[in-house]
Amino acid sequence: MSIILQVSNLVKKFGALTAVNDVSFDIQQGSCFGLLGPNGAGKTTTIELMEGIKTPDDGTILYQGEPLDRRFRNEAGIMFQNTALQEFVTVRETLVQFSRFYAHSADVDKLVERYALGEFLNRDTRKLSGGQKQRLLLAIALINRPKILFLDEPTTGLDPQSRRNLWEQVREVKAEGATVLLTTHYMEEAYELCDEIAIMDHGRIIAHDAPDTLLAQHFNDVVVQLDENDLPAELGAAEFMATYRQGSAHILSNDVNKTVEHLLSFDIPLNRLRIRARDLEDLFLELTGKELRP
Amino acid sequence: MWKRIYALFVARNTEFIRDRSSLGWNLVLPVLMIFVFSYAFTNENPEKFKVGVIGDTQASEASTMFTATRFIKFVEFENTVDSLGKVERHQVDLLFDANSYRYWINQTSPNGYIVEKLLIAAFANAPQRLIKNLVEGDEVRYLDWVMPGIIAMNIMWSALFGIGYVIVRYRKFGVLKRLRATPVSAMEFLTAHIMSRLWLVVAENTLIYVGMDYFVNFRMLGSYLDLLIVFMLGCICLICCGLVIAARISSEEVANGLLNLLSWPMMFLSGIWFSLEGAHPWMQKFALVLPLTHVTAAAREIMIDGAGLMQVADHLVILGITSMVLLVIGAWIFRWE
Repeated sequence: MSIILQVSNLVKKFGALTAVNDVSFDIQQGSCFGLLGPNGAGKTTTIELMEGIKTPDDGTILYQGEPLDRRFRNEAGIMFQNTALQEFVTVRETLVQFSRFYAHSADVDKLVERYALGEFLNRDTRKLSGGQKQRLLLAIALINRPKILFLDEPTTGLDPQSRRNLWEQVREVKAEGATVLLTTHYMEEAYELCDEIAIMDHGRIIAHDAPDTLLAQHFNDVVVQLDENDLPAELGAAEFMATYRQGSAHILSNDVNKTVEHLLSFDIPLNRLRIRARDLEDLFLELTGKELRP
Repeated sequence: MWKRIYALFVARNTEFIRDRSSLGWNLVLPVLMIFVFSYAFTNENPEKFKVGVIGDTQASEASTMFTATRFIKFVEFENTVDSLGKVERHQVDLLFDANSYRYWINQTSPNGYIVEKLLIAAFANAPQRLIKNLVEGDEVRYLDWVMPGIIAMNIMWSALFGIGYVIVRYRKFGVLKRLRATPVSAMEFLTAHIMSRLWLVVAENTLIYVGMDYFVNFRMLGSYLDLLIVFMLGCICLICCGLVIAARISSEEVANGLLNLLSWPMMFLSGIWFSLEGAHPWMQKFALVLPLTHVTAAAREIMIDGAGLMQVADHLVILGITSMVLLVIGAWIFRWE
């Protein structure tokens, strides 16, 4: 695979705040690259620098070896976190308008069919639901049949069904050969879609690799999870080094049989016991000491 | 490039036409004003009596006495060339030359008749002999006089806010950011918006003019093409003013304040509602800086005096140069975000 986008030593400051601090990575053509981090980590600024929307104070961004130019604009599809469209214009008129911006555009009717926009095609864009608007924005981002697609938190605010539909659509785009770069708060989303992830905190990249590789690098244990009412906090902390969050006691274990025997020795009820592999949420917590979700 | 400009042009037109409240306001306000003025000032000027004077009015006792008459507005003129037409059109009731003691009145002007009586009374015991001259000409109603200004004012509101406010709103809500992510360049975007606004303003004001002319029958002695050229150039100039204001601001409140700061002085100091003759010299000089003064003056000369483009060339040159300068500045300092 060749490199489609190369980011080197990127720096962006806003006054005294360094939002992006010496960030470098490469994105392989045809891959899905995820940029993860909590609010304020610098991921939206990073993606907007890569989109050419913001100008870096230092560092370079090369698209297929060239600086971002009009060719990049013609070949990039972008879906912002918050996008306003022109008012008093219908969904179809918006699609037609954007299709005229590009030298080579997808067929509007096919996009309408593919992203199920038909039922509200003649509706004013101000009157769309959250899910409908996201579908329209994705269709707009894909109207130029992009070689690289930027998605900034594309599923924030969507219901689970709409989120899964959007994942499916992203997979289809990727299957057609496009490179996808997405930022997200959702670990499940990153794990489902991304071939590679970079975790950002305080404007820096603190980990970068394939999700499974990162998990394997950092963890060789599993999480034994109990309801916090079943394992009193004092006992949990003293005997099991358990941590408590979101109503659950989390015990890290390298040997589940021994942990279970230990729990039984204290007559702890195991009816609600759950054993799970370590996930990206745990990884982020491990690396930064913070919850990933806002 | 033109495909992208066309796409933006169509979208902006659609947005404007479907925004009923804004469109309605743009059409209703000037019509309402014309109706109000046609009834409020039918056949009369806002000043009851207006006398033009040439020369030193303090040279004789009688002249001093006459020009001290209360409730008459005395306006100084350099010579008869600029002022006789105003007597012909009833815009000045009487013109008095204090050097030669000649005066001119329009025989059909009732106000001229009364002011003449006052002039004669002032000179009753004076050694100087007054020389009477008669001029002819139809009266220009205040409505005819104010009409070019109302159209110009409507163009001003539409151009300034239609460009200035809309671009700032686009920037604030991220519409510009979305456009920036496409191959559309700043120049293409600005061209489309200028063209859209120009076309909409021309269409809208043509509609107002034609519709109102049917009811009021404006005085129009010049060429409609010349008038169109003046209004279009004025519109471009005012659009460019809006462009400079909108080039960087992302706060609607700030934009609104600046646009009002620009438009209100033009409203009152561009000679739309009253003639600036007789106003303080600094006000007259300041008025010359305002684009709307030149649009109103040129349109008035075409409509009322039947002037051609060459006769209003000074106004057109000023509007043209101002437009170019503002356009370059606006495009240069423009930022998507």
